[in-house]
Amino acid sequence: MEPAPATVRNLEALEALQQTLLKNRKLANATIATCCGTGCVAKGAIDVFQALRQEVAKLRSAPVPGRRDVKSVKTLAHTGDSQHTSVSAAKNGRAPVPGTLRVVSKCTGCHGFCEYGPIVVVQPHNFFYTNVKKEDAPEIVAQSALEGKVIERLLYRNPVTRKRATRAEDIPFYQKQRRIVLSHNGVLDATDIRDYIAAGGYRALGKALRQMTPEAIIAEIENSGLRGRGGAGFPTGKKWAACRQARGDRRYVICNGDEGDPGAFMDRSILEGDPHSVLEGMIIGAFAIGASEGYIYVRNEYPLAVERLQTAIAQAKQYGFLGRDIFGSDFSFSIRINRGGGAFVCGESTALTASLEGRPGEPRMKYIRTVESGLWGMPTTLNNVETWANVPRIIHQGAAWYAAIGTAGSKGTKVFSLVGKVNNTGLVEVPMGMSLREIIFDIGGGVQEGRQFKAVQTGGPSGGCIPAAHLDCPVDFDELTKLGSMMGSGGMIVMDEDTCMVEVARYFTHFLAEESCGKCVPCREGLSQMLAILNRITQGQGQPRDLEHLEFLCHLIQNTALCGLGTSACNPVLSTLLYFRDEYRAHVELKKCPAGVCRNLFRYEIDPQRCKGCQRCLKDCAVGAITGKRKMPHVIDQQQCTKCGACFSACRLDAIQKI
Amino acid sequence: MIASAQPSSVANAIQRYGGGVGFLIPILQDIQREYGYLPQPQLKELSRRLGVPLSRVYNVATFYKSFSLQPRGRHLISVCTGTVCHLKGAVKLVEAIRGQLKLPTGETTQDMRFSLETVNCVGACALAPVLVVNGTYYAKAKPGKVADILKAYK
Ligand SMILES: Cc1cc2nc3c(=O)[nH]c(=O)nc-3n(C[C@H](O)[C@H](O)[C@H](O)COP(=O)(O)O)c2cc1C
Repeated sequence: MEPAPATVRNLEALEALQQTLLKNRKLANATIATCCGTGCVAKGAIDVFQALRQEVAKLRSAPVPGRRDVKSVKTLAHTGDSQHTSVSAAKNGRAPVPGTLRVVSKCTGCHGFCEYGPIVVVQPHNFFYTNVKKEDAPEIVAQSALEGKVIERLLYRNPVTRKRATRAEDIPFYQKQRRIVLSHNGVLDATDIRDYIAAGGYRALGKALRQMTPEAIIAEIENSGLRGRGGAGFPTGKKWAACRQARGDRRYVICNGDEGDPGAFMDRSILEGDPHSVLEGMIIGAFAIGASEGYIYVRNEYPLAVERLQTAIAQAKQYGFLGRDIFGSDFSFSIRINRGGGAFVCGESTALTASLEGRPGEPRMKYIRTVESGLWGMPTTLNNVETWANVPRIIHQGAAWYAAIGTAGSKGTKVFSLVGKVNNTGLVEVPMGMSLREIIFDIGGGVQEGRQFKAVQTGGPSGGCIPAAHLDCPVDFDELTKLGSMMGSGGMIVMDEDTCMVEVARYFTHFLAEESCGKCVPCREGLSQMLAILNRITQGQGQPRDLEHLEFLCHLIQNTALCGLGTSACNPVLSTLLYFRDEYRAHVELKKCPAGVCRNLFRYEIDPQRCKGCQRCLKDCAVGAITGKRKMPHVIDQQQCTKCGACFSACRLDAIQKI
Repeated sequence: MIASAQPSSVANAIQRYGGGVGFLIPILQDIQREYGYLPQPQLKELSRRLGVPLSRVYNVATFYKSFSLQPRGRHLISVCTGTVCHLKGAVKLVEAIRGQLKLPTGETTQDMRFSLETVNCVGACALAPVLVVNGTYYAKAKPGKVADILKAYK
């Protein structure tokens, strides 16, 4: 029977609780974990989870023939309503009989392998099932959970070797990863604090509060070499020390969960899959700097993260990890959640604090430092979600352990969301210093549909595009900056030969022009001028001096904008001008888009040599621009063609060309 | 005017956060959740009750994209225009939806059935291009699938 929640007053009590919870977990003969991250949910994971839950529940009412010992079952409800329905032996007040078969079905956070969701893992065998459908549930329970037999058809198949992989460790996607921050994702039930405690959760908090001084904690974080994961890579320990020393009546800690970079979802997955790590990190940080209130600022587009955090905070209060006299110390701390309003600039620290104060998210000059005068004018420590999630691990395992991972200047691991035209889209966590090539080709499985790699965009809208020539660059805060990009928060967007780099630069500039708060002139006016030029170029009206003007504006904004949004806004344009200048020139001088993206600058044509007249393209054309008899080469009427690309994707013979 | 014993929804929202102008944004979010948008009378009431100028309330309400000052349709379609969705055809998806809804510009259809918005990134890049209707995610939403998806929302 699971112990009822009660305040944990010291490390011994936590230890005892952990042991009980662990023992209970070992009683389960099988645990079926369904990934309930956003990616899997969109692909039907909730249906799968519910079907599994039903199957498990059936075991109780109708034991399987020959297995009359199936008695107790525990199921956890999903998330959508974030309620737990615990149907277990504990219900009738009896402890599980030893030898009783227990099957647990639970939902976990994101495994990262989103391309192959929904993902179901069956323990203790570690079977890793991909693309699971609800129809597979009876077999998973009967075969894998009860009999320990693997279901071949649900295993991942390596596209190259055609071999099936039974466990996650057998899949190349996972082999090169080193999961520290993501270690709980896909394993723990994010809505159950007991899972977290059983895995050693809140031990670091106990250690920090009962065995360490605030100064010792800060020193530990400084020695670990942890640098902020929100973009700028500022040393976390240094920030905390400055905040502790700053004068003020109150202090605040803030968790930046605004994750505005398009193409990034690391923070979302951590908040959804392992919210307690973030809470634990914040509580430790608050104790170290002397704060009694904390805020988590979550993006408006992340409702599930808000829900998981609310559940986690309520549970942490039940156990006394939040509230008064935490762990029997005299330290008290509370956390509130604020939802963002859908403004990218609010990820910037001073804009975020303005938003928390109920004002429009407009940044202010940086000569006043947030650590000295942040929220309500008080010393404030603001860190990113992933930064906070690293803290309990460092306190628990020590600075030396952490500092041994990574490069000279960038310690530990980094979570990336590897997305775009890459085969294994998903979340990956690697030690700092791994090369871009290893991440994209070994873990990511290379470019989709066998196309040619063109560039990888890192650092979100403030980052840059890195070409193939620099694929061996190690990921490290300083190395990426040298290439004109940056680490940013961890978006890694792979682009193939069908991507137009000028259009990509236009896209980011458009994004930033829209998101500029308008407070300072260089950003507000400069970005719209840049956008006008880029629009003109991609529409085929580029003028000879456009590239020069772009560069001039870039340097102007870089040097004069008020906040990081403006000063880094030019990276996408500058990096593409640096590495793909020929492509710009083709647009401006030849009025051609070599990648065949900018609609006014190319046309589709059918190669009569290759076309076999299969009529596939003709059927897919929405505007009837294609004509031709069966088995005869077809023709595209350029007047009618809208360049939607449907024919291009439909053709199996590569007969349609972009000219 | 009949004095009602029931506290207004604005008063409730203020109370939920223990008052204070610092909670202006969460309060506005609650009002928007209740009405689907921010109606003028409620904003006026909020300004009066919090004791902050109406201009300040509007300053915040118009700064943040998630607030709407116009009534919205019964169903909210959000098209993700994050980088990956953009690379994988979000622009064509928006065009297809506009065509389907006969909504060349603007946000809301005349029959108030749908409102259309674009959002920066919903963080579900493995599913690109993503379409979200009332919180339900549709993966790999190609223009050809739009009619089928929207059919279910009356
Ligand atoms: C325009 C802009 C947007 C930002 N967006 C985010 C964000 O979404 N998440 C984040 O953690 N940091 C973001 N930052 C960085 C923060 O200002 C800040 O440096 C960071 O949250 C500090 O935490 P860290 O030291 O743990 O990285 C942004 C910065 C700028 C200039």
